[in-house]
Amino acid sequence: MNTTHLELSQVSIEFPTPTGPYQALDQVGLKINRGEFVSLIGHSGCGKSTVLNIVAGLYQATTGGVILDGREVNSPGPERAVVFQNHSLLPWLSTYENVELAVKQVFVGKKSRADMHDWVMHNLELVQMTHALDKLPSEISGGMKQRVGIARALAMEPTVLLMDEPFGALDALTRAHLQDSLMEIQRELKNTVIMITHDVDEAVLLSDRIVMMTNGPAATIGEVLDIELERPRNRVTLSSDPFYNQYRKAVLSFLYERHGQKEVVERVERVEKETDESVAA
Amino acid sequence: MNNVKLMLYATKLLQPMITLYSNGISRQQLRTTVAKVGIPFIGILVFLIVWAGAAPKIDTSLGEFPGPGEVWEQTTNLYAEHQRERDREERFYQRQEKRNAAKLAEDPNAEVKIRNYTGKPTFIDQIGTSLYTVLAGFILASLIAIPVGILIGMNKHLYAAFNPLIQIFKPVSPLAWLPLVTMVVSAVYVTNDPMFSKSFLNSMLTVLLCSLWPTIINTAVGVTGVSSDLTNVSRVLRLNWWTHVRKIIIPSAIPMMFTGLRLSLGIAWMVLIAAEMLAQNPGLGKFVWDEFQNGSSNSLGRIMVAVLVIGFIGFILDRSMLALQRKVSWDKSVEMR
Repeated sequence: MNTTHLELSQVSIEFPTPTGPYQALDQVGLKINRGEFVSLIGHSGCGKSTVLNIVAGLYQATTGGVILDGREVNSPGPERAVVFQNHSLLPWLSTYENVELAVKQVFVGKKSRADMHDWVMHNLELVQMTHALDKLPSEISGGMKQRVGIARALAMEPTVLLMDEPFGALDALTRAHLQDSLMEIQRELKNTVIMITHDVDEAVLLSDRIVMMTNGPAATIGEVLDIELERPRNRVTLSSDPFYNQYRKAVLSFLYERHGQKEVVERVERVEKETDESVAA
Repeated sequence: MNNVKLMLYATKLLQPMITLYSNGISRQQLRTTVAKVGIPFIGILVFLIVWAGAAPKIDTSLGEFPGPGEVWEQTTNLYAEHQRERDREERFYQRQEKRNAAKLAEDPNAEVKIRNYTGKPTFIDQIGTSLYTVLAGFILASLIAIPVGILIGMNKHLYAAFNPLIQIFKPVSPLAWLPLVTMVVSAVYVTNDPMFSKSFLNSMLTVLLCSLWPTIINTAVGVTGVSSDLTNVSRVLRLNWWTHVRKIIIPSAIPMMFTGLRLSLGIAWMVLIAAEMLAQNPGLGKFVWDEFQNGSSNSLGRIMVAVLVIGFIGFILDRSMLALQRKVSWDKSVEMR
């Protein structure tokens, strides 16, 4: 079933700044098949989050657009669920209620009350969080919060799951645990996933394809690397796998030998932050 | 489930007593008890001593400034007066009933009237009136201020439109509003069978006008501060406007909202006393003014009682808001200060 599921077609975006428009992305084009796990990797500030936000519909591309199953998308929706970097759980709702809010919103009129409850529990089981149903986000650890965030996104039954550096804020051990969990879930659900990361190992371990982005301004796709490693993958066996190490080396050399300059990073971050604020207002 | 929670809660509450019971009083506990109860007690004691020492040295045309002893005496007096007045009222109604019963026995078709007792309101009555007025004004103000605050917090343009008005009206003293409110009420509120007395409306509206602003401003600030991540969650979920307000905006803004409400209630209470004094509207303010005009040798002591009661009620009101906040807000980290 290797048909194009999601297409980014010549996506460019400009952000207005006091000193004139700033072009963050230039002609980003990408085709993703159903069930594919794609990582976007690049230096911080290269606009990978911007790509994700455009796919999510949170930003509008200045030119070009996103086509999902043959239809253009330009507003956010639960079929493109997002796992945010900093979990973004509502602090006043318990683990259960956070997932329930999404389920109630997405399946209103489609599922009965009991089915909704079962669906919430099912998704919390997937991420192994059923032991903390009544806990508030402030009462659970960072890794647990991210698990609940993933459960909330999965519970929306998205056609595309968008993950914005989902494990970026976690310590290495917790991150490894969550990566393993994610691979397991992925084996079962076979979602189409776009994940942003700046971690080379994470990208190689999880992805079917790695999309490497050049630095901004006017960032675009530099190279695409197909990862043809057998699944299920095991991080320990892979560490001595020659192919795995070749893939790693390919990504590393792209990032540090050919696109290592970081002068523009700060400026881009500032612009992105400003846009975030103006979008929020 | 709930029962278990309740039990846990009860155990937690009783924990100090339970440990006390099982271990006897430990040194550590003794120290915390002393710190919690003893130090504030010392503070009050020092204040009373300074007060008692300084009061007799201040001579006024109405005699010495009242010390703690005289204030206590007047407190009991005021309470006794209240009891007497209640007795009188009860007897008044009893007499009336007896008369009416006799009348009806004579002629079953006789028209009977019940006349209201028109005695002078006591100190306790005035406290009641003031509390009722302040709560009415404050609740009404909050019902206006919270929605307005949410709306202007959510919309940049509305905020820009309202902001200059808020900034100008916020610093206006209640006493400037009072004449206007009085004139408008007596011009507009014309009915033969009034549900509220005009004086109540005057005080209440003045309180309302002054206690709107802190709640509006703080609610708006709280709403603007909703994190953009949560707004994004709401957008991805396609929450409609109303659900967005209920599930995201209001819970986020609740801590700031309560900051505003507490400020408003504090202002409301201060404003009310001043308004009652100036407008001769029933309440604690009028009591103070009447005593001042009365100028008996007891007056200063009675005013001092009123001052302390006003302070104490203000304190209780603030604490009640804090307790309410703790009950309503998800953010349990709020300090009880």
